[in-house]
Amino acid sequence: MTEQPEAEVAWRRPDRALLRLRRQLTVLLLTLPGVVAAAVLAVPFGPAAGLAGVLAVAVLTWLTLGAVTRRWAAWGYLEREDDLLVRRGVLVRRTSVVPYGRMQFVDVTAGPLQRRLGLATVTLHTAAAATDASVPGLLTAEAARLRDRLAALGEARQAGV
Amino acid sequence: MTVPQAPVPETAIPETETDGWVRLHPLTPLLRGGRFLLVALAIVGQQGLREASLEVFLAVVAVGVPAAITIGWLLWRAMRYRLTDTELQVESGVLTRRSRRVPLARLQSVDVVRPLFARFLGLAELRLEVVGGSGGAEAPLSYLGEQEAHQLRARLLDLAAGRSAGDSSVPAEQEQVLVVVPLGPLIWSTLLGPPLVVMVGLLVVLVVAAAVDLTLVGGVLLGAVPLLIGVGSFAVRRMLTEYGFTVAESGDGLRLRHGLLETRNSTIPAGRVQTVRITEPLLWRPFGWARVEVDVAGYSAGGGEEQTSTGALLPVAPREFAHRLVARVLGGAPPAVGDRPPRAARWRAPLSHRRLAIGLDAFHVVSTHGVLTTTTEVVPLTKVQSLRLTQGPLQRRLGLTSLHVDTAGRRLPGTVAPHRGDAEAARLLADTTTLARAARAASAS
Repeated sequence: MTEQPEAEVAWRRPDRALLRLRRQLTVLLLTLPGVVAAAVLAVPFGPAAGLAGVLAVAVLTWLTLGAVTRRWAAWGYLEREDDLLVRRGVLVRRTSVVPYGRMQFVDVTAGPLQRRLGLATVTLHTAAAATDASVPGLLTAEAARLRDRLAALGEARQAGV
Repeated sequence: MTVPQAPVPETAIPETETDGWVRLHPLTPLLRGGRFLLVALAIVGQQGLREASLEVFLAVVAVGVPAAITIGWLLWRAMRYRLTDTELQVESGVLTRRSRRVPLARLQSVDVVRPLFARFLGLAELRLEVVGGSGGAEAPLSYLGEQEAHQLRARLLDLAAGRSAGDSSVPAEQEQVLVVVPLGPLIWSTLLGPPLVVMVGLLVVLVVAAAVDLTLVGGVLLGAVPLLIGVGSFAVRRMLTEYGFTVAESGDGLRLRHGLLETRNSTIPAGRVQTVRITEPLLWRPFGWARVEVDVAGYSAGGGEEQTSTGALLPVAPREFAHRLVARVLGGAPPAVGDRPPRAARWRAPLSHRRLAIGLDAFHVVSTHGVLTTTTEVVPLTKVQSLRLTQGPLQRRLGLTSLHVDTAGRRLPGTVAPHRGDAEAARLLADTTTLARAARAASAS
């Protein structure tokens, strides 16, 4: 896909709180158990094995944090005059264009973790099952604004299936 | 959905039609009860016969027949329908009353289906497909008299098209038959698919087995039985449902008639087609045959058995004819596919890159792809729901991006233009977005 620097400015991203959440989850679910496992390993196999284990965990954590950050940075949405653009993905990159008039309904969802941070996911549904336009990690106020704007625009431009 | 007037007590439903409410055909309970009875007999009767007691069997029949007919009669009494200017209203249910309103503006297609037993009694079933219908027909009316079914279909289509009931059916009844698929090509085209592949495969395995050890042959044959049954039933079912396939054009849309035992009479009003697919399997290519399938917004995948026979617009025909019919269905010839992907595509799609091509004009987007079966899909731009670009890791290395065009069709959910150059895909996305917007605006005004 071509880079269009002048358009880059207008892309909006999920909130930084989502990035923090994902990083914290990485540490909690990967790094801490990894270090504990390395420590346990050190008991029968000696400190060298433990050190190697810690090193492996450190490298793995570093790589995962990088992937998490890139994944977060790849998410973006752009409200244009007639349609919503959503892009995401690092390994498989996806860009979706959904005309406002095609929108059937908007979902705002928030799991327990997102809710604690005041975040929500906005998902756009059309009559096509393959449409894949959702933006996670929006501040609740921004999610509500986006939802209301999409609903209003959708109603104004509604076209028959 | 709510009942507008106060729910009438069960006993108070008048026997004669009032306010346009109509019952289904009085033979309905017999037919429905009969079907129900067959299943019951198959389960209980088998057991009774196995125990070699004729008394049990007769007792089941003696109780079962009146019971099934009584239940069928109660259901029939509780069900009635009414057609207003804007919607079809259906009320049904004995214990749980259900009142359903089907807005005709969302009507996508109307089918008159006549199962074998219903044909003997001169009955037919009416199936409607509406937008957002979830699994199966939205409002099956079974059973109606044949005449009544066809009249109701004509009125539904008139009302859906915005014609008043008065000036109806004069142009709609005149139809022009476009094609009747002959039996020969139908049989050969069915056999030149999975059946042939399976037979040849089996033959090869048998020869190898015989060469290794003659005693293996019996085992191989025995093991192949389920496969042969599967393939055989596929071929037989397809030939039965697509027997005598007739495509006709009339004032209220495109009419399809087909079926040997169970006949089906579908009408697709103009402008309802979401996606058209033309397929040319490898084995058909020497004959220049093609198959055309269409999808409207209501038909959904994974539904009941009634879904299996729908979809084909033309089971088999010469390629040129298929393309002419597609142009007719879409109200204009789609652009020829000519735009080829960059050379790098052959690394990502080594077997199909020669076939990949797309076409785009102000009304349609067309894409050809497929490894063994050449598949060409046409999407009217007015039906585009969303557009997507995707790029996998290997594609990124090669500078390729795929463009997906999504429609509301369930079985044929749009098309994909695989492996275009990055810059070209971005331009295609922008162009298609703009053209689709213009097409929507033009069709809305």
